[in-house]
Amino acid sequence: MIGLEQIRRFFRVGDEEVYALRDVTLHIAAGEYVSIMGPSGSGKSTLLNIIGLLDRPTAGIYRLDGEDVTALDDEQQSRVRREKIGFVFQFFHLVPRLTAEENVELPLVLAGVPPSRRTPLVRTLLEEFGMLHRARHRPDQLSGGERQRVAIARAMVMQPDAILADEPTGNLDQYTGKEVMHLLEELHGRGVAVILVTHDPAIGGGAHRQIRMIDGRIESDSGGSAR
Amino acid sequence: MTTADILLFAWRAVWGFRLRTLLMVLATSIGVAAVVVLTSLGEGARRYVRNQFETLGTNLIVIIPGRAETVGGGGGLMSGRTPRDLTLLDALALRRIRGVKHVVPLNLVSGEVSWNGRRRDVPVIGSTGDLLAFWKLNLAQGRFLPDQDPRRAVPVCVIGATVRQELFGARSPLGEWLRVGDRRFRVVGVLAPRGEMLGIDMDEITIIPVASAQVLFNLTSLLRVGVETNTREDVSRVRDEVRRVLRERHDGEEDVTIITEDAVASAFDRILLALTLALAGIASISLGVAGILIMNVMLVAVSQRTSEIGLLKAIGASPSQIRMLFVAEAAVLSAVGGVAGSILGQLGSLAIRSIYPVFPAFAPLWAVLAALATALVTGVLFCLLPARRAARLDPALALARR
Repeated sequence: MIGLEQIRRFFRVGDEEVYALRDVTLHIAAGEYVSIMGPSGSGKSTLLNIIGLLDRPTAGIYRLDGEDVTALDDEQQSRVRREKIGFVFQFFHLVPRLTAEENVELPLVLAGVPPSRRTPLVRTLLEEFGMLHRARHRPDQLSGGERQRVAIARAMVMQPDAILADEPTGNLDQYTGKEVMHLLEELHGRGVAVILVTHDPAIGGGAHRQIRMIDGRIESDSGGSAR
Repeated sequence: MTTADILLFAWRAVWGFRLRTLLMVLATSIGVAAVVVLTSLGEGARRYVRNQFETLGTNLIVIIPGRAETVGGGGGLMSGRTPRDLTLLDALALRRIRGVKHVVPLNLVSGEVSWNGRRRDVPVIGSTGDLLAFWKLNLAQGRFLPDQDPRRAVPVCVIGATVRQELFGARSPLGEWLRVGDRRFRVVGVLAPRGEMLGIDMDEITIIPVASAQVLFNLTSLLRVGVETNTREDVSRVRDEVRRVLRERHDGEEDVTIITEDAVASAFDRILLALTLALAGIASISLGVAGILIMNVMLVAVSQRTSEIGLLKAIGASPSQIRMLFVAEAAVLSAVGGVAGSILGQLGSLAIRSIYPVFPAFAPLWAVLAALATALVTGVLFCLLPARRAARLDPALALARR
């Protein structure tokens, strides 16, 4: 599903070029459960951003479902992002003015789904995640674990092929962190690819395929599908 | 994204930052209110002047001696300008025109009146009995000038309320001999207080028969002649007749200026409309300032909501959608401000009307609509730059910030 070929990404800091990714080649099949680990500054978040089309590689080719998405313009990329990818962040990134329900609804709103079809989708999802009783609460009235569950529901509402999670437990205590991981594993069980970035080996160790990055390179990859 | 969704999202943002919204709405509404109030002042002045003309009657023709025209460069002798007097006999000749109700000859001279040692400089008006109806004057005491042959210099006079008060005090002036210039006139009537009319304080005047005034002040010409027609429809025909009669009487020369009330009123109308437009223009400067304020606030909003914009991009908002959301927010803000401002402005002109009841300060509809439109357009226009900045934000960087 995801095919990265010789992806290179550098940033210009003053006169210097800082490499975040050095010729990364990586393939991830549909429905895989992958963790990307490594120390901070190893380029794991940059890699995730490129996979999620939030960032463009300086060089290299990225194919998503066989389509060269590096060639698309911003408007087209946002459409691909909307339909195929769901994001989960360390800091949840819920819109503080909107209720839990409205936050989950937001991707559908952006996609132009009519209100009559939005409500049942959102409600079902909130019920599955055990959050229906909190639907009318605003983010500041929710606990960290509840916020992350709302965020995951939002990532799932467009029924994406892949969930990209950047340190999803980084801002949660041990117990709720585990709960959130269970939720992500459950989504993987439904056939959604889960790509997880973390520096915590205990969290990343649960993934079926583990990738270690150092200095913008893939140092090790436990998965068989990497070529 | 549907329009309703865009507006709803913008509304949530407007409602979510209440203090900011309040300040923005205040800025815009002051601008709009300024336009509404100032144009209502201009419009009020226009209506006030119009009303003043209408109190004079709407079927009036005024004839002034001399011709308002530019005469060619040939110099005095060759210009052919013959300033002929407009005489009392000219005025009397106009009485025979069909459709004429009153012909009122008029002289106005500043003169001294005195009684029993008290003196006062007042405007002395020479006219006929028709002046009472022509100027819609009211009497407080006695009668007006007698209706008789205007060529007779009868020694009677009618005085204004202030003149009466100042010269006679508590005593009744009727029957007393008032000295005007070097002749004496018997007081036959006192005018009811009227106030100012077309620049003359009507309470200060003394009215004597026109023939007496001409003898007294050695006048051959009238200041002007007023003609009132029976109906409004008669005005233009009577005007042409007046012109013809006077040309015949003046050896075929057209040496008078004929003004109809309509022409004067519409000249004032145009001047005051221009004034109103100028006021609207000045007031809309404050709308421009409000627009810049909107831009400033939206720029702050963009940097404040950087992570939110990053998130919207991550969940699939395209740059054009982000731009649209911010523009919609500015539009909602300025629309709310505009509506609040026009309500404020209407209250303002209501206040003016209740303080000065004679001054009809109503904001014209075009000014209200233009102010609203300007508020909306400047709001959206000044938001384009911030909105573009938001749309171009790098989502990876935006999300990295907490």
